[in-house]
Amino acid sequence: MKKYILKKLLTALPVLIGITVIDFLLMNLAGSPLSMMSGPRVTEAAKALKAEQLGLDQPLVIQYFQWLGQLLQGNLGYSYKSYQPVAEIIGSHLGPTLLLTSTALIVGLLIAVPAGIYSAVHRYQRRDYAVVTASFLGSSIPGFFLSLLLIYVFTVRLKWLPSFGMSTAGTGGDAWDVLQHLAMPALVLALSIAGNNIRYIRSAMLEILSMDYLRTARSKGIGRRLVINKHALRNALLPIITVIGMEIPVLFGGSIIIEQIFSWPGLGLITMNAITGRDYPVIMGVSLLSAVVVLAANLITDILYALADPTIKY
Amino acid sequence: MQSNLRHIARRFLRHRAAAVCLVILTVLILAALLAPWISPYGPTKVTKDFSKGPSAEHLLGTDQSGRDVLSRLLYAMRTSLTVGLMATLISTAVGVLLGLLSGYFSGWVDRCIMAFTDMVMSFPYILLVLVAAAIFEPGMWSIILILGFVDWPGVARLVRGNVLSLRETNFFKADIAAGMPRRYILFSEILPNTIAPVLVYATSVFAISILDEAALSFLGMGVLPPTPSLGNMLNGAQSITILTSKPWLWVPAGSLIILLVVCINFVGDALRDALDPRNDR
Repeated sequence: MKKYILKKLLTALPVLIGITVIDFLLMNLAGSPLSMMSGPRVTEAAKALKAEQLGLDQPLVIQYFQWLGQLLQGNLGYSYKSYQPVAEIIGSHLGPTLLLTSTALIVGLLIAVPAGIYSAVHRYQRRDYAVVTASFLGSSIPGFFLSLLLIYVFTVRLKWLPSFGMSTAGTGGDAWDVLQHLAMPALVLALSIAGNNIRYIRSAMLEILSMDYLRTARSKGIGRRLVINKHALRNALLPIITVIGMEIPVLFGGSIIIEQIFSWPGLGLITMNAITGRDYPVIMGVSLLSAVVVLAANLITDILYALADPTIKY
Repeated sequence: MQSNLRHIARRFLRHRAAAVCLVILTVLILAALLAPWISPYGPTKVTKDFSKGPSAEHLLGTDQSGRDVLSRLLYAMRTSLTVGLMATLISTAVGVLLGLLSGYFSGWVDRCIMAFTDMVMSFPYILLVLVAAAIFEPGMWSIILILGFVDWPGVARLVRGNVLSLRETNFFKADIAAGMPRRYILFSEILPNTIAPVLVYATSVFAISILDEAALSFLGMGVLPPTPSLGNMLNGAQSITILTSKPWLWVPAGSLIILLVVCINFVGDALRDALDPRNDR
C-alpha cells in the first residue's frame, strides 16, 4: 500500500510541475501586468522601476525558477495589487470556499445517491423516467441562470434569503445568518452535482443489481429490502467514491462563477478579481492550489478505491 | 450499411423524448440559420421603443437600447450554436488525433501524450477558460479556440482506451501481419470503429460548450455586445430592476439555453443507446 501511494505521488509530481509551467507561459502570453499601469502621470521610468522591483525585467526562464525557488521555501509571492503575501490572501478566503463547496457536495450527494438508487430499482418504470428526466434538467440549467431564478424567487419576491455576501453587514454573522446566505449558492452547486451524477449512480447500481451474488441473495428469499439495503448498497460505495473524486475539481471551478454572482467572499471572488486585474502571483497561487486539490482528489480516490474493493490489486 | 443505419434510426426513434428533442433542435437550428430572413429587425437595429414589453410590433419586446429582443434572440442562437459546434469540432479533432497516436504507439509517445492530457485535466477547467479569456481579446473566435483546446482530454482518453482494446482484436492483428501501412490501419481500420462512442461524447461536449459560452459571455468575458449571444443577453439580468420588472429581457434567452442543452443531451443519450449493439432489445 505504501509503495502504491508513493508511486502515485511520484507520477503526480511531474504533472504538477507541468501545470505551473503552462500557467507561467499562459500568463506571460497575456502581456505585462505593467500595461495596466497607465495614465498621464505614469512615466516610462516609473514603469521600468516597477518592473525591476517585481523582477519582471528578468528573462522568463529566470522568473519561473525564481518563483519555483520561492515556492520551495513556502513562499507564494506577493500580490501586485495589495502587496499582501499570496499565501495570506488564499488562507483568508479558503474557509468560505470550503464551507460552500463541502455543503454543496454533501447536499448534492444526498440528492443524487438516493435518486440514482431509486431510479435503478424501479428501472423502466415511469418513476425511473421521471428521475432521469429531472437529472437531465439539472445538468442542463446553467448555474448562473439558476442563480438568477433563485434570487428572483427567494430574494426579490419572497424576501426570504439574502443574495449578497456571507453574513449581514454590520452584524458578526451568527450561524443562522451564515446559513441563510449559504442556502442559495450551495443549492445551485448541489443541483448541478446531482444532475450530473444521478445517471451515473443509476447505471452503476443497475450493474450491481445484475450481479450473480445479488441473484443468490434474492433466491435465498431474504426479501427485496434486505437485498438492496444490505447487499447492493455496500457495493454502491465504489461509484459514490468515484463521484466524489470527479466532483471535487468541478466544484472548485464551478464555485468561481457562483461566488461571483452571490459575492461569496471565497477563493472564486479573489480569483476573478486577480484575473481581471492581471495579478499574476495570485492567479499562480490559486492555480497551483487547485491543481494540488485536483491531484490530491485523484490520489485519495485511488486509495479509497483500493481500500473499499479488496479485489483491486495495486 | 444501409440496413444498419435504418436499424440505428429505429432504435433511436424508440426514445420518444429524444425524437421530440431532435425535432425541436432541427427547428431551432433552422431558425438560427434563417435568422437574416425571418427576424423582424436587424440584431443591432435601434427602434424608437426603449425597454418596451411584448407587443404586436415587437413580439418579445425591446431592450434598453431599443433593439428588438426576438431578432436578437435569433442571432444570439446563431452565435451560441456556432461557438458550440466549432468548439466541439476542434476539441474532437484534437482529442481523436492524440488518442489515436497515444493508443497506437505505446511507449514514450503514449506516456508524453497522456502526461499532457493529465495536466490539462488537472487544471481546473473554468479557471483555465477564465484565464485564457482574460488574456486573449474577447470575441467569438477566441471563445471557440479556448473551449476547443480545453475540452479535448476526455475525447483523447476515450479514443485511446478504444484503440487499446482494438489492438487485441483479430482484424487488427491480421492487418499487422499483412503488413498494412500504418496510416491505413489508423484511419481506415481503427478510426471507423471508434466513431460511435466519439459521436456520443461529442454531443455532450457540444452541450457543455454552449453552457460555457453562455457563462463566459454572461460574465462579460465571452462574446461581447453588440454581437448578441444567449449568454450576454442575460448579462442585464444582474440588475434588480430588469430581474423584477422586465422579464422579457431574460426569461426567453435563459429558457432557450436550457431547451437547447436539454435537447442535445437527450439526443446524445438516445444516440448512445441506438449505437450500442448490445441494446438490441
